[in-house]
Amino acid sequence: MFRRLFGKQEEKTQDELLLEESLQKTRGGVLGRIGTIFQANEITDELWDELEETLIMADVGMETTAELVEKTRSRVERDGIKATADAYLILKREMVNLLKADEPLQIEQPRILTVVLVVGVNGSGKTTTIGKLAYRYKQRGKKVVLAAGDTFRAAAIEQLQVWGKRAGVDVIAQAPGSDPAAVLFDAMRASQESRKAEILIVDTAGRLQNKFNLMQELEKMRRVAARQVHAAPHETLLVLDASTGQNAILQAKGFQETAGVTGIVLTKLDGTAKGGAVLSIKKVLGVPVRFVGSGEKIGDLAEFDPVAFVEGLVGE
Amino acid sequence: MDAESARLCTELPDYFSILPNRSGRQFVFESLSDKLQAVFSQLASHGKLSEADVNAALREVRLALLEADVNFKVVKDFVGRIKERAIGVEVMDSLTPAQQVVKIVNDELINLLGKPAPLNLSGQPPTVIMLVGLQGAGKTTMAGKLALRLRKQGQRPLLVAADVYRPAAIQQLEILGKQIDIPVYSEGTDVSPATIARNAIRVAKEKAHTVVILDTAGRLQIDDAMMQELEQVRLVARPADILLVVDAMTGQEAVHVAEGFHARVPTTGLIMTKIDGDARGGAALSIREVTGVPIKFLGTSEKLDGLEPFQPDRMASRILGMGDILTLIERAQENITEEDAAAMEERLASGQFDFEDFLDQLRQLKRLGSITDLLKMIPGMNQMAKDVDPQEATKNLKMVEAIISSMTVHERQNPHVLNGSRRRRIATGSGTTVNDVNQLVKQFKDMQKMMKQMGVMGGNRKKKRGRKGGRREGAGMFGGGNLMDMFGGR
Repeated sequence: MFRRLFGKQEEKTQDELLLEESLQKTRGGVLGRIGTIFQANEITDELWDELEETLIMADVGMETTAELVEKTRSRVERDGIKATADAYLILKREMVNLLKADEPLQIEQPRILTVVLVVGVNGSGKTTTIGKLAYRYKQRGKKVVLAAGDTFRAAAIEQLQVWGKRAGVDVIAQAPGSDPAAVLFDAMRASQESRKAEILIVDTAGRLQNKFNLMQELEKMRRVAARQVHAAPHETLLVLDASTGQNAILQAKGFQETAGVTGIVLTKLDGTAKGGAVLSIKKVLGVPVRFVGSGEKIGDLAEFDPVAFVEGLVGE
Repeated sequence: MDAESARLCTELPDYFSILPNRSGRQFVFESLSDKLQAVFSQLASHGKLSEADVNAALREVRLALLEADVNFKVVKDFVGRIKERAIGVEVMDSLTPAQQVVKIVNDELINLLGKPAPLNLSGQPPTVIMLVGLQGAGKTTMAGKLALRLRKQGQRPLLVAADVYRPAAIQQLEILGKQIDIPVYSEGTDVSPATIARNAIRVAKEKAHTVVILDTAGRLQIDDAMMQELEQVRLVARPADILLVVDAMTGQEAVHVAEGFHARVPTTGLIMTKIDGDARGGAALSIREVTGVPIKFLGTSEKLDGLEPFQPDRMASRILGMGDILTLIERAQENITEEDAAAMEERLASGQFDFEDFLDQLRQLKRLGSITDLLKMIPGMNQMAKDVDPQEATKNLKMVEAIISSMTVHERQNPHVLNGSRRRRIATGSGTTVNDVNQLVKQFKDMQKMMKQMGVMGGNRKKKRGRKGGRREGAGMFGGGNLMDMFGGR
């Protein structure tokens, strides 16, 4: 019913199914309680308080929570809505509106070479995500090449090479400790010349967004990319661990400022964490979620669909 | 504690005075300390506190804690306790109500954070330490850090690669082991972690290792099969310590993660990683509160020596924006020898401070960590740390070092001989301009003058910091104002 509201078809795509499956566990968690809250007979002050508490405990953040509750509440009061089910619908709609991307993903647009830069803090799941992305686009008939741009962390290159083998794509790497911008330069050359690749996905070392020098390094990589291929990198994806709290907003902000983040990949959604922080990120920075990761297997990646996400989050 | 609180209270006004006026512009707060500082600076301007004031303050405390990712329920309890103590005689009758509230919050925070706890190394060697946690928390890096630290303490650690799932996890540990020259036990990825653990402990006994550090694969606390595996490893390895490794950026979920792990493999301690980021680390408070397990270490950088024992009073001070001078002093003590410091102090006192000493100090300072890190640790400098452009500062430091390196020993010891042609030569040699050299020489002369004055004052200078920090402070680093000049502060 909610799906129809947004003009969606009834059949669920592969991606939607995967997303829903991974959110099953989440549903049992705190946010799943939202559905329960709205099973009450009446819309009372307690209901709004409980809603607020629930959203905060899902890492949605104080500001966004207050705004969501306020918007829903004023709509409900203005329209004289009495049924809790209708109020619930309004809340879900507000959440979906908050999450909807304004522009389509750039990865499959036709061009000589699409460069995707993958960035994030340490341990968020960049390398794993790249393995999954490579597999995804290979499956869709694209020629994909990976660049081992994390030359810092011990065995990061080997880790990417394992994923490259699993996905069946080439990995372009240099020795540990080499300049990541140089790796990128070579990889772009090779992608265009010998490998005839359509998509180049670039791994980078994990870095905390408050480390100035490391962030400068990303800026340099972007410059190098832009000099070789027009408008590259075409997508810069920030990989965000779903269990991250309010620091997620600072991460998105920091990486957007220096690395020009265009989208978020929300990882580890198979846990009990909800990644509620992405609501704030979209609101504050306008950066949409593009993919969700939900496991250690190569196929555990789905394109993000706000409707499915919200439904998975709060229940249908 | 009481002496500590007294110190805290008497020094409060200093911290307030460095805060910009809150009215006029919206603050973008970056840390819990900033928030509480702002709250209390407001309180300070009020004089006496009414119950409404306390409530207003507590609302801010609540918000700040929530935005610091402290769990909702933990915040509720915490604020409740503060309120109970804050409203009533204690605060109302107090002469300095703001300070009193700070003290209560500080006490309660220290109370909540718990007492520091060392590793359980008392049993029959080899002592087994097991690291557990979610994917990407930083277990493998932490294993390397612990090994390095334990060896410094005279132990003979053995690292064990029991993560057979993540691609290249074993290689990662092997590379780390090689970097710090500590052996790594591994059996590839086809053997069960429990078997690896059993064999590793046998090998450790044979080779007289005193500590075995088990690096396990990251897993979700709700993944039953994986948690079962962890239980098996525990049964086989009988670890003296099971340490839960948690990312400082973790949100509300930290509580469930900690409870989930604790229920299956009783954890004995918590390690918080990536504390060098700008996350507020509220997860530490939450986990501590729900599991009662002590926080043992903090991971402070990607380098393998980036490990600090947890200190609740320091952490609380940090949260309250009181700086972390003790960590700074400790780091200085680790990196600067007693003799160096004593010799330097003598030279300072006698006013014979030349470019050689200056270069020495510069290099010592560099060993202590990044400039912003250092500034953040100095009480009251936290705000200033934001105004320093780290790139600019590092560049300046490099330039200064280059200029001094291009001087002859004679010139360094006798700066007054630096005439025009010498300065030109130095500028060419160091790839700078004569103007840069001039500026450095001028700054140096100013500093020399200041040092001389300090030397004169030396004897009766008040030791404000108390504790063991006083003497070292006299021994150097640059004076506050000059420090900012050198680092290109705005």
